[in-house]
Amino acid sequence: MSRRLMNPFGSTSPSSTTTTTSTMYNEKYELPRRASSPRVKKFPNFFTTSPKSKSETQTATAALLAAAQQQAFVNSPSQQISSPSLSLPTISLSTARADSANMDEPPTTLFQPPSPAEARRIARQHAQFGPLGHHTHRYTSRHHGGDFPEPVMDEPPYYYLLTTYISYLILIIFGHVRDFFGKRFHKEDYRHLQATDGYAALNNGFDDFYVRRLKMRLNDCFARPVTGVPGRYITLIDRQSDDHNLHFKHTGTTTETLNMSSYNYLGFAQSEGPCADQVEENVKRYGLSLASTRADVGTSDLHVEVEDLIARFVGKPSAMVFSMGFGTNATAFPALIGKGCLIISDELNHASIRFGARLSGATITMFKHNDTRDLERLLREVISQGQPRTHRPWKRILVVVEGLYSMEGTMCNLPGLVSLKKKYKFNLFVDEAHSIGALGPKGRGVCDYFNIDPSEVDILMGTLTKSFGANGGYVAGDRAIIDKLRLTNAGSIYGESPAPAVLAQISAALRIISGDFVPGQGEERLQRLAFNSRYLRLGLKRLGFIVSGHDDSPIIPVLLYNPAKMPAFSHEMLKRKISVVVVGYPATPLVASRARFCVSAAHTKDDLDRLLEACDEIGNVLQIKFSSGIAGGAEPLPEGITPEMEKDWRRTEKGGPHGELAYQPPRWKLDEVLKRGAQDVKSPLR
Amino acid sequence: MDLQDVQSWLNDVLREASVQFHKVPGSAIFLRYVKSSYQNDPVRSAVELFLVLFAIRYLAAPAYSTQKKSYVTLSEEACHLSSGIDVLLTSLKEVDELVDEWTPEPLVAPQTTFEEAENEKRPVIVGPTGPKSKLSNGRTVANLASYNFYNLVSNETLKEKAIQVLRTYGVGPCSPPGFYGTQDVHIKTEADIAAHLGTPACIVYAQAFSTISSVISAFSKRGDIIVADRAVNYAIRKGIQISRSTIRWYEHNDLQDLQRVLERVVTEQAKKPLTRRFIITEGLFENVGDMIDLPKIIAFGRQYKFRLILDETWSFGVLGRTGRGITEHQNVDAAEVDMIVGSLAGPLCAGGGFCAGSDSIVEHQRISASAYTFSAALPAMLATTASEILSMLQTSPEMLTTTRENIKTMWAQLDPRSDWVHCTSSADNPIMILAFKSDLIASKKLGVADQEQLFQEVVDETLANGVLITRLKSMPRAINATSKDVGWELQPALKVCVTSGLSKKEIERAGITIRHAITKIVNKRR
Repeated sequence: MSRRLMNPFGSTSPSSTTTTTSTMYNEKYELPRRASSPRVKKFPNFFTTSPKSKSETQTATAALLAAAQQQAFVNSPSQQISSPSLSLPTISLSTARADSANMDEPPTTLFQPPSPAEARRIARQHAQFGPLGHHTHRYTSRHHGGDFPEPVMDEPPYYYLLTTYISYLILIIFGHVRDFFGKRFHKEDYRHLQATDGYAALNNGFDDFYVRRLKMRLNDCFARPVTGVPGRYITLIDRQSDDHNLHFKHTGTTTETLNMSSYNYLGFAQSEGPCADQVEENVKRYGLSLASTRADVGTSDLHVEVEDLIARFVGKPSAMVFSMGFGTNATAFPALIGKGCLIISDELNHASIRFGARLSGATITMFKHNDTRDLERLLREVISQGQPRTHRPWKRILVVVEGLYSMEGTMCNLPGLVSLKKKYKFNLFVDEAHSIGALGPKGRGVCDYFNIDPSEVDILMGTLTKSFGANGGYVAGDRAIIDKLRLTNAGSIYGESPAPAVLAQISAALRIISGDFVPGQGEERLQRLAFNSRYLRLGLKRLGFIVSGHDDSPIIPVLLYNPAKMPAFSHEMLKRKISVVVVGYPATPLVASRARFCVSAAHTKDDLDRLLEACDEIGNVLQIKFSSGIAGGAEPLPEGITPEMEKDWRRTEKGGPHGELAYQPPRWKLDEVLKRGAQDVKSPLR
Repeated sequence: MDLQDVQSWLNDVLREASVQFHKVPGSAIFLRYVKSSYQNDPVRSAVELFLVLFAIRYLAAPAYSTQKKSYVTLSEEACHLSSGIDVLLTSLKEVDELVDEWTPEPLVAPQTTFEEAENEKRPVIVGPTGPKSKLSNGRTVANLASYNFYNLVSNETLKEKAIQVLRTYGVGPCSPPGFYGTQDVHIKTEADIAAHLGTPACIVYAQAFSTISSVISAFSKRGDIIVADRAVNYAIRKGIQISRSTIRWYEHNDLQDLQRVLERVVTEQAKKPLTRRFIITEGLFENVGDMIDLPKIIAFGRQYKFRLILDETWSFGVLGRTGRGITEHQNVDAAEVDMIVGSLAGPLCAGGGFCAGSDSIVEHQRISASAYTFSAALPAMLATTASEILSMLQTSPEMLTTTRENIKTMWAQLDPRSDWVHCTSSADNPIMILAFKSDLIASKKLGVADQEQLFQEVVDETLANGVLITRLKSMPRAINATSKDVGWELQPALKVCVTSGLSKKEIERAGITIRHAITKIVNKRR
């Protein structure tokens, strides 16, 4: 337990080897004795056993912990104490309470209470990245083997579906009535929809109808202008409209809200800390731009380094970076595939994939979202039938899926796809726009999550916008593929080269996640994200909401159904100073309007509790708690019933006459949810 | 007797049925309808009955696809219909065999030797990009390949400002603009660009290259008509392709041909319903470097009722007294052009692209331009840098003049002094496109590949002499494209980007180096 001064940014420290294999703790609590296993390897057994066995695994080696802890304290992204007081690493072993972390320190220390300026700085830091509330608020995102089950999709009572259709009907009728009279009495408002002066209207009145008459009603929920860092909190610029959302004027004030909307999964959206420092250093060194394309002279040593880091991170031999995620997909497909080839795309794939696929000139078909059986049926059909009309065999078939779907929160069934790939010899393209950094014990995406060798997937594409807080995208694959793509990809021939500032952010973020830079911090971010995702999802299910997606997904859509509930939900949340994204048709099916929460490692459990409380209130007011219980959130099992026995128990104890399982709609009390959540997320969610 | 029984039973049944029928809600309406429609004409009722039966049959019929598929009947679906498990098994086996038999081509074709060499020789700049750049082989060379026309990449004031923004906004906005990704800095940059150009509104995209494709496809749809210059850049071509509009090309920068094409479109479409029509061209052409006659094109647009989408990627920040682009250069009000698309990443050394136009044009893009809606917003640092550079252009337009002086100096060294190449660029374009003279191509019988090879050798030769230039990169032919799919092919050329960061002497020396390299390489080839 030597007291050491640590350089927070030093990547080579004596104890760095131990930190990578041990859990990190925050200095605020007296942790070591209550700690869970320090060995990452033990995590799986630990989580699958019942909570009772917890005490046995709590015997951790104190020496290892002490060393680990010092490092962890120094490296924690949520460190409580600012750098001047960094000389107090052992404080975490004392019995200090959270609020008075330094009370019983020996007088030899340099501690002084933070000055007002310092306090403001800390507050600012915490507004971007919340401090870890408790050491147990961590989890490892990983698939625990076996079949990958489809998430059970609950359905609301038919009454709600019916009212949803009726709502749209009313909106459409009202829209048409207003158009009818508007076109006659307010001609000037409709001029842009009518041919004038020999020019056809720029917007087709029919295409434009949805935007004008339906989306306009909730325009104030979209494109809210913001300022500052989109971290744990996001600062909205207040605005108001006097003409029903046609125009907005800024009122001159701002509101700081809890940010449940940004794709800031690992909390790297920060204006301070090691990442920002690296960016500053690199801007000073490299300037602001490469002012060229990659194919010309837009390659600097920084690009080479970042491409190398990405390749190593995703586990592919080679990678290339682009300055825009959308552009990456839009240009990758034409370079990979063309006439006489077939793209089989998941029906819910992102617009950029559709854009690129259409540009490629290949034939495109779709299979049902995440349905490997439908994919197999389709594969058998297309391979045996060959190209349409000519029946010549396809030159190649590229199956395109996303790792994590941004509107559904579902993950692709990678094990299923890989086994199909072995049989049907197609090429597999996985778009990891949302999953990279957000899934897997090491944050390396879906391959990491399912523990599948990345070489099983031909092309791993992803964006650097989301988890890494930067911008742009990458494509990773075998060296031969990437070398060829460099020469045939429009994004590298004509697209601007990524800016040094962006690359520096990517490089720093990647090295933090993989533990080479500020060891321990990356792990904390990954584990906090995994915990937060599961915690919020479980909480919402227990409160009675219908939640879509897989358990470990940091994207958590709550279904609202009725169109009018979208603006209502958004406004109610804004009243409680929480910013959320609401999405409806056409981004989702007509009936399945939803609110979407994007969980971040920057959130603390308290933030999520605040969100759950808000959801609870709003859910009661708007009547959106309509889950039936089949999708989880069930009451705890009675004594003596293990999760394995649950099915039989449900059948015998409460089952209906035909032996079906009986479920009760979960409507937990809020305090019960908050009390039990943190410990229940560590066992399989139910 | 029996008959009577049957009759009375029948009567009972009928009476009972009619009573029951009257109990059914709505039966009275039905009866009234039948009575009124009968009108003593059984044919009418028969027709109606037939219609009802047809409607029932139609509604009950299974859904079918209107697309006719030419199936070879070995798929499993066909087998489910046929009875007998043997047939099913053989057919399954047949599909399995076909699956086993199918061997796809490798995902990418192997590299050609030319491509391999290109990958290997790609220059890697170590440290900052400047007029003098250090390469990974340790040599410092004069950089005439970056679009660093005003030497702003490592401008200290800009760096300072950018770092301030970093400390307030972080790097990425982590969201698309529609969902909390619109930051106040974006709003400001949009306003700055609009004010600089003199248009009512502007929208900023996250990447310059993706901008124009999305702008085109946001407005022009299937059935609309696009008239475009044959030499437009790749991004415009792809935008046109994805918009699925009808495309008519006119010869490069040939106004007479443009008029002919416009006239033809107007006469062809005279009887058809009015559709949107666009002229798409570039201010300074990416592939040729020359300039358009904007007032004439605008006049044509007016005359034939075509809207104009102008790609100013290479002219915004370059032409005009304060770099407002071709509108300023040719004294045209920017509001006369329906859409001006430009880059913040090229001459402006920041990042992202923009489209300026009227309010309704800009607002429409915010929901229907895919590269805007489905992509994360531009990093705040790059947006503010663009704003800063715009205000620098306004306050100190002399930096444009320095670059123009250097362009003149470079021209003096290359065109007409070189015997082998001529510059196709406009005299104000800092990107000088140098193509082989046509008599040289004819006398040496140079194909496109030969010319590319020669220019690559010139690039290598000049680099060996301490000047970094590049050649015009053409997009390789699309995969499996037939010769029919290939449209206009650009002429291979050298690309020399003049910068104000080098002194007149240095530019002269670089020009001589390039000229000598060309002579050496051309003479080497017999």
